Amino acid sequence: MAQQLYGYRRENGKVGIRNHVIILPVDDISNAACEAVSKQIQGTLALPHAYGRLQYGPDLDLHFRTMIGIGSNPNVAAVIVIGIEENWSKKIADGIAETGKPVSYFSIERNGDLEIIRQASWKAKEYVQWATELQRVPIELSELTVSIKCGESDTTTGLGSCPTVSQAVDRLVDAGATVFFGETSELTGGEHLIAERMATPELRAKFMDIYDDYVGEIESKGVDLLGSQPTQGNIAGGLSTIEEKALGNIAKTGSKEIVGVLDPAEKPENGNGLYFMDTSSAAAECITLMAAGGAVLHLFPTGQGNIIGNPIEPVVKITANPITAATMSEHIDVDVQGLLARSITLEEAGDQLMEIIARTVNGRLTSAESLGHREFVMTKLYRSA
Amino acid sequence: MVNNQASTLSEKQEKVVTSTHKFLIHHRGDHVGVATSEIKQGEKVVGVYMDDNSEVVVTAKADIPLSHKISLVNLEKDEPVLKYGVQVGITTQKWEIGDYVHTHNIKTARW
Repeated sequence: MAQQLYGYRRENGKVGIRNHVIILPVDDISNAACEAVSKQIQGTLALPHAYGRLQYGPDLDLHFRTMIGIGSNPNVAAVIVIGIEENWSKKIADGIAETGKPVSYFSIERNGDLEIIRQASWKAKEYVQWATELQRVPIELSELTVSIKCGESDTTTGLGSCPTVSQAVDRLVDAGATVFFGETSELTGGEHLIAERMATPELRAKFMDIYDDYVGEIESKGVDLLGSQPTQGNIAGGLSTIEEKALGNIAKTGSKEIVGVLDPAEKPENGNGLYFMDTSSAAAECITLMAAGGAVLHLFPTGQGNIIGNPIEPVVKITANPITAATMSEHIDVDVQGLLARSITLEEAGDQLMEIIARTVNGRLTSAESLGHREFVMTKLYRSA
Repeated sequence: MVNNQASTLSEKQEKVVTSTHKFLIHHRGDHVGVATSEIKQGEKVVGVYMDDNSEVVVTAKADIPLSHKISLVNLEKDEPVLKYGVQVGITTQKWEIGDYVHTHNIKTARW
């Protein structure tokens, strides 16, 4: 890495590349108060979402893990939690407080929106003025957690943009960084290739259990994925089967051993390296879960042109499709169509991506950030009570 | 299973002067290539194997849009199809070299 990297080192030593003060709703009915606070206090970011009421069991556990994970993400400087009830609001705030960062919670019951907006706005103003004085400090590549997931794939992702990301993944892992990949459903047809790369037999068994659970869930609905995998966009892009799509997807995961298998939104515990996270293949759900797991930068290869962003984790778009690069250029951060024309080598494409990674770490807004893409979507495992 | 692979330039020791490649193939032995430019029916097009940079020439039997696939082999119905050196589906009808390959003549082997 030629360029010195600068980031925010948080109270727990973790490194972020953005400095958000977020207003986090515990539940759907607290969105309005959170959005009112973020409108009142400049420099804050509300994260409205659709859930958080009458969830139970593993689905509720995932809700809490995601909320706490998002608040704990090192791209977040400080957090205001607002919920309807005190207990769940406190539980999320307590979880985030373990990182040592400033966090306050407010509950609307017995107060009403207006009183809570008043109280939370005072605290948000204090946090913003504190956070905006934090300075970036020199950091190492090894301190970054990066996530990868592709979307609106076509055959050019397997030829160009995914192998480019593979280059970055291998270089990041060699440098000692942590990388997440996921998309359980889109490994279908190539799941054996991922299983073979697991560091231990235990991890291999855990991965295959997760994969088989997923296939069983599909079969239990009495359906197959023919109607949705590949998607209509994939088919328009020339992908004919789910196996073909999977191999393109896997082409972005690099060549390294996989050191851990994570539940959705789970934080890595086996040290640095390459991890599989059990996620949906829907872009917003997947990236939200990875951000909750601690990822601070996302690499997103696209073929036909997925425009996804995330509110707290910058998303870097890479395409090799010349039509997408020409017609949707405002969404693309790294154009590697030269790989299809054979005018650049894969290593040169990797160099280009590593340079954009460094510039994004150091503060350059990604295309998705500058266009205001903030898709924040909680994963729901089943319907609420 | 032996397929009639489209003959490669190196095998035929042939020097065809063409403008540039119009499709890429991931692995030697793959049954399909991916168009990196629009290909027209009847056009004689050059493909490049990405693993060893060798070239192959195929005459397209149909228009093939950018990012869509061209057949490099003759296959019968219900035969496995290789791309990336791995099976990516099975044929649902007979294929000839130069055919346009998509959901009309290949399907998943999973369902």
